[in-house]
Amino acid sequence: MTTGRAFRPTAGRPDDGSAAAAHGDADSDAHSDAVISVERLTRVFRRRGDTDLAAVDAMTFSVGRGEAVGYIGANGAGKSTTIKMLTGILAPTSGTARTCGLDPMRGRRELARRIGVVFGQRSQLWWDLPLGESFDILAAIHRLEPRRAATRVGQLIELLDLGPTLAQPVRSLSLGQRMRAEVAAALLHEPELIILDEPTIGLDVLSKARLREFLIAQRREHGTTLLLTTHDMGDIERLCDRVLVVDHGRLAFDGTLSGLAGTVGAQRVLIVDLDRPTDALHGIPHTRWLGAEGEGVRQRLAFDAADTTAAAVLAAVAERATLRDLSIEEPDIEDVVRRIYSAPPGGITG
Amino acid sequence: MRADLRTYGLLARAGFRRQATYRLALAAGIVTNSVFGVIRASILMGAVAGAGATVAGYDERAMSSYAWWGQVLLGSVAVWGWSELADRVRTGDIAADFLRPVPPYLSYLAADLGRGALALLVRGAPMIVIGSLYSGMTFPAGPVEWVLGLVSIALAVAIAFLGHYLVNCIAFWIIEIRGILLAYGIVATLFAGLYVPVHWFPDWLRALAAATPFPSLIQTPIDILSGYAAGPGAARLVAIQVGWVLGLGIGAALTTAAGRRRLEVQGG
Repeated sequence: MTTGRAFRPTAGRPDDGSAAAAHGDADSDAHSDAVISVERLTRVFRRRGDTDLAAVDAMTFSVGRGEAVGYIGANGAGKSTTIKMLTGILAPTSGTARTCGLDPMRGRRELARRIGVVFGQRSQLWWDLPLGESFDILAAIHRLEPRRAATRVGQLIELLDLGPTLAQPVRSLSLGQRMRAEVAAALLHEPELIILDEPTIGLDVLSKARLREFLIAQRREHGTTLLLTTHDMGDIERLCDRVLVVDHGRLAFDGTLSGLAGTVGAQRVLIVDLDRPTDALHGIPHTRWLGAEGEGVRQRLAFDAADTTAAAVLAAVAERATLRDLSIEEPDIEDVVRRIYSAPPGGITG
Repeated sequence: MRADLRTYGLLARAGFRRQATYRLALAAGIVTNSVFGVIRASILMGAVAGAGATVAGYDERAMSSYAWWGQVLLGSVAVWGWSELADRVRTGDIAADFLRPVPPYLSYLAADLGRGALALLVRGAPMIVIGSLYSGMTFPAGPVEWVLGLVSIALAVAIAFLGHYLVNCIAFWIIEIRGILLAYGIVATLFAGLYVPVHWFPDWLRALAAATPFPSLIQTPIDILSGYAAGPGAARLVAIQVGWVLGLGIGAALTTAAGRRRLEVQGG
């Protein structure tokens, strides 16, 4: 199943610190061709009877043409606020944002013709009308020439399997159908930049897979730039070649996904079942004892793949007890991100 | 230009079709309109009869016509609240509006004109039949006045919409605007001439009403459609409406631009 969450730090392990650094170089080279470029972008929300909240705090990054970037972080980290500033919905408190070379606030309408945006929790479709009519209206809003619009709508309907739903009012669509319809609506005008905010939220495994395949194909064919926020690490793994992690409105990491795991030292966990109750397995080299169950019959040891190997740990355990069974848990990327949050502010950079 | 017409035409059609979806609500609207038409016509005609022959130029027949034309307009010209924009600002759904390469006040206006057209056909037209049968109605003096009357309805729909849109824009600055909308609705319906003709107002109140766009909502179309105003008088009334549409439209554009800079969509 391609939607699996675990990923192997060993696979992406070698010199991932430098992968992130290389990114920096690529950015400065491609700066003139940056599709998104933000500099010290800040948005402060005033809160009555409370201190002001800097939802986005002096953020600086850029995204080159054709890149696919995952923008991840906890709830309230500032992801959506950044996106709203990139798309001309929210005015920055300070700093600058340029999207497709335009100032999003001043050039909102021009920008709207060049980008496609899906906010997973908001709809751009006409709730009471058959889905097909929403496409007609949006095509007209984007001033697509009717014949070209018909071709494009036909393509999207086929690729996203929306044919059977065209005559249905949007309000009667299932969540999966609606999300695919939202994506189709956002891509109708063949935007050069697609911004997806939680596009797979609430979708079942099959719907997710279908949506991802579609996005991969779109990028391959059109070279579209993609910025994606998500809580679903499967989205990032499948769709993105670069990850930005935002925490408390600040950029906490910029690099590859495997680089992210390497930087924070994601640990594997060895679970051993022993033949009899055994004292806690403290002191196994390069491991951290996590706990035991059944009076020590099952024990958990965490280790860093950079420092030792599963075989070495097993050998050390075998010297102290007789093994009956074992399993290894790979680090979960959400866990990796959580580690970034718990690191001291600004402590980790790619 | 042609592309724009197509866009707004489709948006208007969407407003029309959206309204047409709710057939039961439309049927209920026709019943309500009819019942209130009977009540209003009876009370107003009684008032005129009680006062003697005429009140401010209205005899019983003119009064009946005033009441029923009011019922014709009521579904289309949304004198009562519209809070969709304020709701969308509050929930953050306004974000989707700002992702479109069209000004939101124009796309909402187009949709509202479509809604108004459907309401006129389905809820308004039956009132002409019922009103004529129940207590009698008067009609425009000639074809020019008919055309002016219909144009005047469209303009009234636009003015009603733009007025509400502007009040809704307050939501960019203040979260809760229901009280303001209610107060606006009460003032608007009074000055629109929905309860009694604006011509019945004492001079000072009539002058005050004339300084607002509200008489253009109901009183103006009624005056033209009932034959109370004709010829150059009717044309002048329509010209005033056009002025209000332009003024309020510019106001909507400026307020939207200012509101957008104030917008605070947090989360999601």
